This record gives sequence, structure tokens and C-alpha cells, in this order.
Amino acid sequence: MKQPESQDVTATGASSPDGASDLLERPLPVVSVFRKEYVDFPMPRNLNWLWNFGALLVVVLLLMLATGIFLAMNYTPTSADAFFSVEAIDRQLSGGWMLRGMHMTGASLFLAALYIHLFRGLYYGSYKAPREILWFSGLVLLVMVMVTAFAGYILPWGQMSYWGADVVTKAVGAVPVIGGTLEHVLTGSDHLGDIFLHRFFVLHFLMAFLVVAVVGLHVACVHVTKSNNPLGVEPKTPKDTLPFHPYYTSKDLIGLIVFAMVFCVLLFFWPGLLTEPDNYAPADPLHTPANIEPEWYFLPFYGLLQSVPSKFGGLLAAAGSLLVLFALPWLDRSPVRSVRFRPICRPALLGLVIAFVLLALVGKHHATGVWMLIGRLSAVYYFGYFLVILPLASRFEKTRPLPASIASAEGDA
Amino acid sequence: MVRCPAFRPTILSAALLACLPLLAHAAPAAAPTTPPVPPHQKWSFEGPLGQFDQKSLQRGFIVFNEICSSCHGMRSVTYHDLLGIGLSRQAMTDLAHAKQIAGPPDAAGHPTMRPGLPDDTLRSPFSSEAAAAAMMGGVAPPDQSRLAAIEPHGADWLYAFLTGYHMPAPPGAPVVPGKFYNDWADGHLVSMPPPLMDGAVDFPDGTPATVAQQARDVTSFLVWASDPHRNDRHRIGLYVFAYLSGLLMLAIAWKRKIWKRARHRNAQDTHD
Repeated sequence: MKQPESQDVTATGASSPDGASDLLERPLPVVSVFRKEYVDFPMPRNLNWLWNFGALLVVVLLLMLATGIFLAMNYTPTSADAFFSVEAIDRQLSGGWMLRGMHMTGASLFLAALYIHLFRGLYYGSYKAPREILWFSGLVLLVMVMVTAFAGYILPWGQMSYWGADVVTKAVGAVPVIGGTLEHVLTGSDHLGDIFLHRFFVLHFLMAFLVVAVVGLHVACVHVTKSNNPLGVEPKTPKDTLPFHPYYTSKDLIGLIVFAMVFCVLLFFWPGLLTEPDNYAPADPLHTPANIEPEWYFLPFYGLLQSVPSKFGGLLAAAGSLLVLFALPWLDRSPVRSVRFRPICRPALLGLVIAFVLLALVGKHHATGVWMLIGRLSAVYYFGYFLVILPLASRFEKTRPLPASIASAEGDA
Repeated sequence: MVRCPAFRPTILSAALLACLPLLAHAAPAAAPTTPPVPPHQKWSFEGPLGQFDQKSLQRGFIVFNEICSSCHGMRSVTYHDLLGIGLSRQAMTDLAHAKQIAGPPDAAGHPTMRPGLPDDTLRSPFSSEAAAAAMMGGVAPPDQSRLAAIEPHGADWLYAFLTGYHMPAPPGAPVVPGKFYNDWADGHLVSMPPPLMDGAVDFPDGTPATVAQQARDVTSFLVWASDPHRNDRHRIGLYVFAYLSGLLMLAIAWKRKIWKRARHRNAQDTHD
């Protein structure tokens, strides 16, 4: 640390490089904090590629803000003009097709990366002490991003925007006692029109910036608790860690480029994979499409909604599937973090992934016939994993021995 | 403590596998009664690198302008957009000027007409959807801006439909006044009379204007209208992908160089 030489600083002023950095350093130590948190920051040396997704999510979030601001400049949130303003962005605005394509692809890949990030947390037990707050802030982000994505999908005011919104507002209306009021708060009038669209435009914009704020908290948290790692064993000595830069900057860069390549393929060559053609027809309240389907990232929850016979029960199940994640630190009391060392939990967790995917397929096939049965079994398994398997396993499971340290495990490899 | 080396790929592939079916939903789900799939045609614009053939688009626009546009509009496409099919600026402006478009009422409140401008859309000849439905036997001719995108099997279906009329209707088919028999219409009956006839338009490039040729060209034009920036999108995408591939090589080389140091560090540490 430099000695505080305040008189010198005032004498030389900002012209001297030392004086300038010191002038900044004392009231606002950004340079030294950046060095501490992003250059020398100790990371476990054994992180695998699943640890790329946090950085990727930050980059996609910034991309969404950057493109979203310019889209908003050209968007008209009225039921008469919304669809055509989006058409004008796509067709007449110079570079607008790419701007909108990036925002649409970004939305899908944001949710995809978020699900993988969440899966990593489940797999390596990142929700356990001391990272509970990190886990909660992440789950809050998941819910906020879902709300933002839903609000965003309404804005083009195509057939799927309108009828998707119709399904969701009616589902909210199924809540006992307060449902009617809640539905009215969402829609703003007795039909989905200008007021509703304007509200959701503001909500979409507002939520995006709130997400940025909570991401700040989430990242601050991870810098306090430090990253978990595939072994789930905390670093004990400097041998177990590597500085963030250049080790993980170089690794994150590769992840970022590969991610950008996937992004590029979807954006430029295969945009139809993620778009619903029906949404290119303007919203028509008098004509219900044959097949109302949410975006792919909501399909598992749509599957849950349909698998439960009662409307309100379905809503509870869909909401509960997210809420149960908040209780995870209490449901899983095993001291072993990584399921690598948990012979029961590891296959059970892979089963959870399968159940989640099956629920998505059920949502796609409208839970009829055999899909209804699959949907119910998957729903039972989904909740069973969290409420039965995990609490029992943390009590009775015989875990494999943990390595003494990260470095010793690496040395053997 | 032995670490299972095959493990990391397993997790990653499990995570990726988990996403695949989620992504693969895009194909429109089958309606209760699945309509037959139209035969596949070869199109220059299909596939991830496909490009529109400008000559075909220009012929297709002639068909649209002289035939389709007497009933159908494209409310999202402007005359200016037609620069994208290779019309010259002069030809585009002249084309717009030649159209008479309803202007604001004059001082006495009488309706007026004005020549079209490049920013005007290719609007429908009817004043409203209701008026269109009233004049066209109950069904308003659909807008064609995104028709090829919304219709399942877009290009193949449009081509099959435009070449699928039977005059007279095959024996045994129900005869309904004002409806025409088409293999690819819902219930085989459609209000639109067969729009194309051999030689109904003249192609300035000398291409014989058969029904099949007109159908092919106007289908290309309709697909272009529903995705006007496809040529640019595919071309830019190739450059971006090539650039990222190069960057990836460099990044991999850099990462390897850096991480060699990590192994070295580790070896040193264990020898200490």
C-alpha cells in the first residue's frame, strides 16, 4: 500500500499518473478492488466447463439490454400498432432484423444457460452452507427472468403473444378469493388491450434493470463466499487455487466464443427453430389458434399446469416447482456437496433432469392420453426428488470418501 | 483419490441432452387432423445457406403485382422494400407513383386519391377487412406479408396450392357455387378462383410464363416477403461464423499456453 501523501497529491495534481491513481484510489478504490476481485481473485483450480455459464449469462444480459434499448426506441405499445411497429423493425429499420434477432435468440439462450447454471448448482451442491444466500439470489433471478421473458413475449402482439397472455391471466384468475382482483391488476381492464400491453411493456423494461441490480448482488455474493467446485471441497491452501486472470479469463473466453457460435447459428441460419410461426399473425381476440403453446423454456411448467386435474392445483404445482428450490438448503442436510460422492443422489438427480424434460414434452403434447400419465409420473418424481429422496438420502446415504484437498485429487489424476 | 476421467463429458452431455428436446419443439405441432404434406420442391433459398434468386423474385413480383394484388395486400411491405429484389430506385419510385392511394378527405369532405410514395405499403385494394369479406363471398383475402411464414410447409404448400386447381372438379367432388376445387385447400374447396393461367403475364427476361413457372416465381416472392433479409442474414452469418472460428483457434492456443503453467505450478508445488 502507498503511504498517504496528501500534500504531495494536491501539489502535483491530476497530471502525475501516480497522483491521478491515488486521487481515485482513496475515495473510490476501483482499480485495487478490480485487481483483487478479477485478477488475483483465487478460484478453485479444478473448475470444469459448467462454470462458464455464470460469465456467459452476464454477457447475454448486457446484450439483451443493449439490443432491448434500441428496440424500445422503435416500438409502439398499443394494441393497434404494436405488431406493425415490430414488423417495421424487422423489415424497414436498418439492421433492425439483426437487432431483433439478437434479442430473440438472446432470450432463448439466456434461459437455456440459466437452466444449465441451475443444474450445475444442483449437481455440485452449490446451495449448501455457506452459499445459501447466493442460491436464493440466483433463484430470485430465475423468477425475475421468467417474468421478464413472459412480458417480453407479449410485446410483439402476435397471436401467440395474445393467447399466451390469455392463458396466463386466466390461470392467475383461478387463484381462490383474490384471483379476480389479481387478474384485473394484470390486465388493467376487462379485456387484453392497450392498458395491458402498456403495463407489460413497462414491466418488461423495469424488470430488465432490476435483474441487473440483483445480478450485482449475486456476483457480490460469489466474491464473498468464493466459487464452489466439482469436488465440493473448499480450497484449503493456495495450492488448491489459481488466480482468476489469466487462468479463468482464458477458459471463459473459449466458452464465450463457443456460446457465440451457437448464438450465431441460431440467429443467422436457423431462426425458425426458436420462433413460433403463429406469432407472425397479428393478435386477433376473435380467433383462437388451434394450438396455444408457450416458448420452449416455459414448457415444463406448462406441462405441470396441465398434468394436475384442477386449474388452481396446476397453478400451485407450477409455482411450487420453483418454490421448492428455495427450501433446498433445508431439504438436503448432507455435508457432502458434490453428487460425485453421493451414489444415491447422482442417479436420482439425473432422473430429475429427465422428469423435467418429460414435463416439457408433456407441455408440448397438451397432456392428453399417455402424455397425461407421463406428466403425472414426472410431476410426482419432480416433487418426490426434493421432498422425499433428498431428505432421506442425506440421512441414510453412504457417501464415498472425499479427497483431502483439491490439489491432492488433481495430483492423482 | 481417483477421479473418474469419463465423468465430465457425461455431465456435460447430460446437460446438453436435457436441452435438445426442449429446443426441438419449433416444428408446428400437428393439428388434430394432420393435413397431407405437399411434395417437396427444390428452392434456391432453402437450407441454412440458401439465397433468393433475384431474377425469380422479380418475375414473382410481376405475378404478384398484376394478379395477386388485385385482391391481396402486403400491409407490412413498402415499395421501398422492393429494392431488396433488385428493382432500381427509379423503377421502384415509378411503380409507387403509378398506384392511386386514398388520401385525406378534401376541404369539402370528399374522398381524394393521391399517387403512391416509396414509404407506402403494398396495401390491399379493399378499404377494410369487412368490406373485403363482403365483396369476396364471405372470406377476406388474407394479407400476404407473412403468409409463407405462417402457412405450414410455406413454399412447398404455396406451390402445390397454386398448381393444385382442377377445372372441372373431379367426378364425385361436391360442387358448391362460388367455390373451386383444389387438392391442397382445406376441404378441397376454396373461394379463390384459379389465379394463374398460361401466358397471363409477360416476363421481360423471356422466360415462358407457364402456370408452373408463375407459381414457382410468385412463391419465391412470397417467401422473400415473409423474410426479406434472408440473403444478408445468411451471408453475414457466414462471415461471423468464420471470424469466430478463427478467434476460437487463437483462444484455445492461448488457454493451452496459460494452463501449461498451471500444471507446472502444480508439479512444482508437489515436489516442494
